Amino acid sequence: MTRPFRVLPELTPENQHFWTGGERGELCILRCQSAACATWIHPPAPVCPTCFGREVAPEVTSGKAEVHTFTINRQPWYPNLDPPYLVAIVELPEQAGLRLTTNLVGMEVEEAAIGQPVSVTFEQYDDVWLPFFEPDLEPDVEGEDPSVGGAEGEDDS
Amino acid sequence: MSRREVGERKAVISGIGQSDVGRRLNREPLSLTIDACLEAIADAGLTPADIDGLATYPGNMTVPPGFSGAGVTEVQDALRLELDWFHGGIESPGQLGSVINACLAVAAGLCDHVLCFRTVWEATAQGDKSRASTMPGAGSMGRGGSVRMGSFMQWNLPFGAPSAANWIGMMAQRHFHEYGTTREQLAGIALNGRRNAARNPKAIYTAPMTLDDYLEVRMISDPLCLYDCDVPSDGSTAMIVSRAEAATSLRKPPIHVEAVGSAIRGRPSWDQWDDLTTMALRDAASMLWERSGLTPADVDVAQLYDGFSFITLCWLEALGFCGQGEGGPFVEGGTRIALDGELPVNTHGGQLSAGRLHGYGFLHEACVQLWGEGGERQVAGSPEVALAAAGGGPLAGCLLLTR
Repeated sequence: MTRPFRVLPELTPENQHFWTGGERGELCILRCQSAACATWIHPPAPVCPTCFGREVAPEVTSGKAEVHTFTINRQPWYPNLDPPYLVAIVELPEQAGLRLTTNLVGMEVEEAAIGQPVSVTFEQYDDVWLPFFEPDLEPDVEGEDPSVGGAEGEDDS
Repeated sequence: MSRREVGERKAVISGIGQSDVGRRLNREPLSLTIDACLEAIADAGLTPADIDGLATYPGNMTVPPGFSGAGVTEVQDALRLELDWFHGGIESPGQLGSVINACLAVAAGLCDHVLCFRTVWEATAQGDKSRASTMPGAGSMGRGGSVRMGSFMQWNLPFGAPSAANWIGMMAQRHFHEYGTTREQLAGIALNGRRNAARNPKAIYTAPMTLDDYLEVRMISDPLCLYDCDVPSDGSTAMIVSRAEAATSLRKPPIHVEAVGSAIRGRPSWDQWDDLTTMALRDAASMLWERSGLTPADVDVAQLYDGFSFITLCWLEALGFCGQGEGGPFVEGGTRIALDGELPVNTHGGQLSAGRLHGYGFLHEACVQLWGEGGERQVAGSPEVALAAAGGGPLAGCLLLTR
């Protein structure tokens, strides 16, 4: 089966963390380095929009998200990228309004729902790791700190 | 709070023009443009020698195909205009941002009569190729190697979402989720456009459409179906924005610019906007009412952008014709927004049925209705206040007009 055609991002020093973090399985987002501020910034910008500080650097997120909205695309746009497929805007739990556009995978298109918990999964195209999201079968309990225990990382040890 | 001067009230619209409109006219886009421009100049009772300002959206561009029919330079040279002010560009409050700029230019005394125009020839440019062939990156496909994209497009294109149908579809889905809006309600906008188009001799799609037709046609990007999307068209629209004091004895009574809305106070983005159910329309509309003593109840006719039907619904909410989230019930069944309804909307058929003239068609129709030139589609009762609004997503601009 031929791989779908994908337009890929032009990698730059500013966006590289986002598009290549998947090589390590990490969804990386830029963040203000002022401890008092620590605003997540996406898409990347050379300034913090909250405190206007200039020290910003990529940090690893939990890779979890919630479907903010979605659409079932039914129109063929690119070769071998056959409809129907799901395009979504997901919101990360790290910060209200921290969103990105993605594809929902690992589910039938009819199964997508706003509010659905999802987690990141990567697909490599050349030197780019596209972050897709799939159903999260073990979503964090509300308020639980994902860095303490939780579902990930322990089963294999 | 100190009130700003409403400088745009020094501007009027003194004439309008429009070329033939159609699918694949196979005409030179500059020729279409000149048709519209000469008609607008004559409509105002002026000659090209009187034109000292020129404004257009989006200016000269070669991609996407047919998106721009002519820039400032071509039109100035073709008509040998002697300009004191000009502007063409895409970074503006939607397509009508160019007209708003023209209002400010005459209000500031930079010039007297600005020729404003917008030309599209997307149907002819697309030719017999598919719609997909016009999408970003499509031109480079099949030549081996990968296609790379910078700018804001990098955040959408890798996910197979190159079309505004995808982006607006996601906004509509969120609106459906939050407010219970339905496809049956949204249909009211498409059906209203089709009914009105039947009375517009220049409209492209005039065959009657039923609710069943709408519900059964193929989906493009849920919840948007084919009839929720406008269609690439060819045509040019023009109008003359004049300094009020220079337009007191022209051919027609001038149409007054009561207020404009050009604000964008949220993030300028298709997916980062704080409340996707409102788009930038919220800010432009809010600013417009901040600048006028009139209220939504004073508006006799509203021409509201429908590049996608859902955008009209959002403009209705943003402009306060109904409450936030109440757009679905407001347009349901279509009687309220019909030609003889309490708020006639898109009386020419909108872009959905009359053709994708990309924003300018709504302002043109607002003027048609205020001058009583609507023929079979003229709204009864001599409308005195009209709204023209264009843009969707992070693009939005609107004008409140009176006669």
